[in-house]
Amino acid sequence: MHTTTDRPIRCLIAKVGLDGHDRGAHVIARAFRDAGFEVVYSGLHRSPEEIVRAAIQEDVDVLGISILSGAHDTLVPDVIEGLREAGAFADTLVLVGGIVPPEDERRLKDLGVAEVFGPGTPTDETVAFVREHVRERV
Amino acid sequence: MSDRGMADEEAEGMTDEEADPSAVVDALLAGDERTLARVISRIENRAEGVRPVLARLSRHAGEAAVIGITGAPGAGKSTLVDGLVDAYRDRDLTVGVLAIDPSSPYSGGAVLGDRIRMHRDGDAGVFVRSMSARGRLGGLSRAAAEAVTVLDAAGFDVVLIETVGAGQNEVDVVRAADTVAVLVQPESGDDVQLLKAGVLEIADVFVVNKADLEGAGRTVARLEEMRRVRKRAGSSSGIDSGDRHDDAWTPPIVETVATTGTGVADLIDALDSHREHLLATDDLATTTRSRHAATIRALLRADLEALLETTLERQGGIDDLVRRVEAGETDPYAAVESVVAPIEDCLDDR
Repeated sequence: MHTTTDRPIRCLIAKVGLDGHDRGAHVIARAFRDAGFEVVYSGLHRSPEEIVRAAIQEDVDVLGISILSGAHDTLVPDVIEGLREAGAFADTLVLVGGIVPPEDERRLKDLGVAEVFGPGTPTDETVAFVREHVRERV
Repeated sequence: MSDRGMADEEAEGMTDEEADPSAVVDALLAGDERTLARVISRIENRAEGVRPVLARLSRHAGEAAVIGITGAPGAGKSTLVDGLVDAYRDRDLTVGVLAIDPSSPYSGGAVLGDRIRMHRDGDAGVFVRSMSARGRLGGLSRAAAEAVTVLDAAGFDVVLIETVGAGQNEVDVVRAADTVAVLVQPESGDDVQLLKAGVLEIADVFVVNKADLEGAGRTVARLEEMRRVRKRAGSSSGIDSGDRHDDAWTPPIVETVATTGTGVADLIDALDSHREHLLATDDLATTTRSRHAATIRALLRADLEALLETTLERQGGIDDLVRRVEAGETDPYAAVESVVAPIEDCLDDR
């Protein structure tokens, strides 16, 4: 039974930048909901600043950034920098979904992205990763 | 699992700073957004240690205009709320938004209203928080009311509560508001259901959104008719005339097109007039008093429930009682009497 003892994991699924493809974001939002998570979806074309503020205000455990435009190299670092400035980085599990070349993936992980999920990743794999790595907090 | 077990666990997870209520309150009053967000999470999680924070914050609340926006799914609440936020910001007022969505009855999860329209880079005057029902009846209205208190204390001029007007739970939620706007879509069929659900009674302002659609005129006419009927019923039988709707406040009917912003200024005028009415009459004081009473009762219930759990556990726990009922050693009625008896003894000693 789902009791209040395991408080729901809160997630923000974010689309940053110019690309307008959010099928993947919707798929993962539904999968997270079905896993019992509370999911806030950012909508399209958000700026890194907007994402950071939404993550802070919604006090999410998980920030999933979905990018298919190839602009992850600039946008993701901006988001992470913003979280750090706000003192929220340590509490937030940052994930990236989308098409990311292996060398960029390494760079993103060095910056603090916990994992990168490419297209076609089974959603239960992502859900399991979140459950395992979500930060301990109030 | 008992609530206490959960609370203990979460108390351990607190940072030193969060364990000190004064520090939390100071940070929140100083406008720290992250502290505000964390306090709301702790309210939602029923975290131990949040109560002293709320106790202090409640003394800083009471200044904000608290407005509830409710209506059937698809009536355009989010878009309208977004328009209201813009309009209030244009008037230099800060706005806290509490957006409440139902959770899935199956997984307990929820996709909370998206923030598609929230294009407000770095505007510290707006704070948006989504909250789900988390499958608990009644508990949501308490959590929402506490979150409103916190936003109020944090200094927001206006607090908007957005909720789907689908049932009693949601009706209870908007009772935390001083002014309730009910959204109705033109001739949707949904509105009949909406009004049946008791939402009519709580409306201080009616909003016919999507007023550019055919059928808007008919919907306005129907609302006018219902409003007349309610007024008559209220004055003759006294039903529902006591608390909020005496002194002849007649809910205005405002037509809006949220997608274009048409009518939003009129809506703000209507909301303002209602607030002026509340202040001019004794209604605001009455509303505030009944809210205090509701808070006290809710806290009492929560505390008594915890006491009951303790008593129950001391007597072997629910499983043991069930086993004894199953074995025919006792029945549910006698079992409850035995659980409650020690509490009754204590009362008698007083």
